[in-house]
Amino acid sequence: MTQSVTELSVTAEDRRVAWLATAAVALSLVDAAIPSPLPGVKPGLANIVTLVVLARYGWGTAVWVSGLRVLAGSLLLGYFLAPGFFLSLTGTTLSLLTLGLARHLPQRWFGPVSLSILAAFAHIGGQLLLARVWLIPHDGVFLLIPVFAGAALVFGTINGLIAAKLLAEPAPPETP
Amino acid sequence: MHWLALIRPGDWLVILGAALLAGASVPVFWQGGMADRAIIRQEGKIFAEVDLRSKRQFEVAGPLGTTLIAVEAGRARIVSDPSPRQYCVRQGWLMRPGEIAICAPNRVSVQIAGRTKVYDSISY
Repeated sequence: MTQSVTELSVTAEDRRVAWLATAAVALSLVDAAIPSPLPGVKPGLANIVTLVVLARYGWGTAVWVSGLRVLAGSLLLGYFLAPGFFLSLTGTTLSLLTLGLARHLPQRWFGPVSLSILAAFAHIGGQLLLARVWLIPHDGVFLLIPVFAGAALVFGTINGLIAAKLLAEPAPPETP
Repeated sequence: MHWLALIRPGDWLVILGAALLAGASVPVFWQGGMADRAIIRQEGKIFAEVDLRSKRQFEVAGPLGTTLIAVEAGRARIVSDPSPRQYCVRQGWLMRPGEIAICAPNRVSVQIAGRTKVYDSISY
C-alpha cells in the first residue's frame, strides 16, 4: 500500500502570508464599500498592508500578499477575470515593481509616505496605460490623468502616513 | 498623534514632486481650459459666436433646410438637421473645447471654443 495522501507542509511564512493577505482582502472590501465619484478613484486601503509587509518582511512577502489580495478580492467582489481584475492586476504589478526599486532609497530620508506615493502613481499609471491600450483605445482616457494624479497624491499620502504610524509601533508577536 | 513627525525629509520632496506632477498634468491634458463659446458656422463662415453661459436656440438655414441648434450652460448640440444620415445630431452634447459637430450636407457646424485655441492637427 503506497501512501496516497500528499502532505502539504505549512510553514510559518505561509501562515503569515495568509493572515496578512486576509487583512488586505478585508481592506479591499472596505475600499469597495466606499462610494466613489469616478470608477478608479479609490483610497486603496489594502496598500497599507502592502507597505507594512514590505517594511517588516521584505519584498517577496509583499508580492505574495498583494497577489493573493488581488485574486481573493476579485473573487469575493465578483470581478475575477473581468476588466477590473486586469486593471487591478496591472496596477498592482507596476506598484510592486516600483516598491521593489524604491525600497532601496535611503531610509533615513525616504519613509513609507514616499513609497506609498510612488506606488500610488505607478498604480494609476499602469491602469491608465492598460485602459488606453485595451479597454478604451482613445486618447480621451488621458483626460482623467489630472483627477487620478490628484487622487494618487492625496490617498498615497494618507495611506503612507497610516503605514508609517503602524510601523512606528513595535512589531506584533507572531500569530499562533 | 504626531502625524507630521512620520514624514521624513525626502518624503516632503516626493510629496512636492507629486503635487507638481499632478498640477502640471492639468494644463497638459485639459488644454483649452473650460469651454466658454460655441461657434456656429454656415457655409464655412461664422454665423454666430455664442457665450455658453446663455441658453438659446438658433435656426440656421442651409441648402437642404433648417438646422436647429441649442446652446445651454456649458454645452451645445444640434437638435435637428435635414441631413440624411444625422451624424451631427447623434453626436449629442458638445462640452469640451475643440469638439465640433458638422452637418456637412446642410453646410452647418457647431464648434466649442475655450480661451486658448486647440488644434485638431498640425503639420509642418
